[in-house]
Amino acid sequence: MSSQNQHKGLTKVQKKRKAYENWGGYAYIAPWLIGFFLLSAWPMIYSFYLSFTDYSMLKSPNWIGIRNYRNIFTTDLNFKKSLGITFRFVFIAVPAKLIFALFIANLLSKDVKGMSLYRTLVYLPSLIGGSVAVSMVWKNIFGLDGYVNTLLGVFGIAPVPWLVSTQFSLYTLILMNVWQFGSSMIIFLAGLKQIPRDLYEAAKVDGAGSVRCFFHITLPQLSPVIFFNLINSLINAFQQFNSAYLVSSGGPAHSTYLYALMLYEKAYISYKMGYASGLAWILLVIIGIFTAINFIGSKYWVHYDD
Amino acid sequence: MKRKTIRRGVTYFLLALFSFVMAYPIVWWFFASFKHTYDLADRSLWPKEWTLENYREGWTMGGLTFTTFYKNTIFITLMNVIGTIITAGLVAYGFGRLNFKGKNIWFAILMITMMLPSQVTVISQYIMYNKLNLTDTYVPLILPHWCGGGAFFVFLLVQFVRGVPRDLDEAAKIDGCGRWRIYWRILFPIMKPAFVTAGIYSFIWSWDDFYSQMLYINSSSKFTVSLGLRMFIDQADIKWGPLLAMSLLSVIPSLVIFFINQKEFVEGVATTGLKG
Repeated sequence: MSSQNQHKGLTKVQKKRKAYENWGGYAYIAPWLIGFFLLSAWPMIYSFYLSFTDYSMLKSPNWIGIRNYRNIFTTDLNFKKSLGITFRFVFIAVPAKLIFALFIANLLSKDVKGMSLYRTLVYLPSLIGGSVAVSMVWKNIFGLDGYVNTLLGVFGIAPVPWLVSTQFSLYTLILMNVWQFGSSMIIFLAGLKQIPRDLYEAAKVDGAGSVRCFFHITLPQLSPVIFFNLINSLINAFQQFNSAYLVSSGGPAHSTYLYALMLYEKAYISYKMGYASGLAWILLVIIGIFTAINFIGSKYWVHYDD
Repeated sequence: MKRKTIRRGVTYFLLALFSFVMAYPIVWWFFASFKHTYDLADRSLWPKEWTLENYREGWTMGGLTFTTFYKNTIFITLMNVIGTIITAGLVAYGFGRLNFKGKNIWFAILMITMMLPSQVTVISQYIMYNKLNLTDTYVPLILPHWCGGGAFFVFLLVQFVRGVPRDLDEAAKIDGCGRWRIYWRILFPIMKPAFVTAGIYSFIWSWDDFYSQMLYINSSSKFTVSLGLRMFIDQADIKWGPLLAMSLLSVIPSLVIFFINQKEFVEGVATTGLKG
């Protein structure tokens, strides 16, 4: 705005104006800036430091070098188990959720009557899905004598041990996660509306069927939105806590012991703050690696119109 | 033409089927809250005998009532909504309109913090609040919302501010308005729809919060609705009827707010990709 004379050296008035603008800008973003230093930057640095200590809240932290990390990777059996479970959770729940969301969004994008009613119905589980209340409902209807088994009984299917067998428990949580596909669906729906109609019309003239249209027009055109949803869902899925804690309490036999739950127990039940900080940083690195892989991979499949 | 009709039919059938499956647990939940415990797993949705016993019994929890939990939750939620609107608005104006050195770097950092898993900060925060003797108070639950309300909200509002034509503030500037007057008199009123969207999200997220409430609140007189609900499963013999009834009540505020502002809500998710 007042930087036309930048190359010639500024007059006193302009310098004053520039300083006024700078300070003004910082004054307005100050609430966020303070929050950033107090609640993000400093805590991150401090937890990195703590991960090299044996801090337990009772005594001051003791520097122990990389012992936490060495223990995590070599002697901690729960870590390996939990990491495996978390990977399984993420790699099944995220694709399933996105495919489902895309499928429904595709149906809804076809100018159907009563679209907003359908949209509302499928969005409801996402709206309230994060609450304690919904976890309680889930815990009840997937109980051994819960409503789901009652319904299955109508069809002559024997009760399924949804939450009490190590075979099913993780999949029950995955199902709960997929059930909350509503917000990804709405983002897809908005993306679908952006695709120019004439692309489809031109393809139809050329004799392309709806399946070909989907794979050759919809998917490439939608790829930036798919990418966005993928990154978001991945980051959230790695941090899934509520369902593991409230619905299955990590059990049975640690079969739903998701990473965030392990971290919670180490930090706030065993008070091993140093060790838990190490776990947190490992999670950060894992999420970082997957996000980076996605960004690098996106060059090959995400199409941006220029 | 015929093929088209068939395809339409299939579309409607699938949509009806999926919305039915999605909404069915919620419908079941509603009816179940009026059932006697022995009737809970019965295959029919309709209660054999309607009862309000679950609501009466659930409302009182070991000497405390949900009246306390609701009062506490409403207080925290209102503080958070107000904090988000006041501070996120200011920060968004700073990023969206003002020019200052390092703006782009700070904005990039803001975007990165959106992706940061909370696990790497929450342990240090816990230690910090503990040292300041602020655990078992609402400060750890409210303070973050007075610091721009989180990167999501700043981003949402910045997007909106950028869409407002600059002529308006240029004209005001010529009339001698300073930054504050431009924000307060011109942008703040225009930003109202964006504030509504931000307010809705802030409300629902604060209302549904569980993790930080569980970490920081110990005394049961300070419990929130989420923590009140958790008390049910801490008991050896879970009383499902009252638990389902209280759970259902707890989601009603979010549902009402959603239905009143459905349009803003859906647009908010669509334009910023916020998780709902």
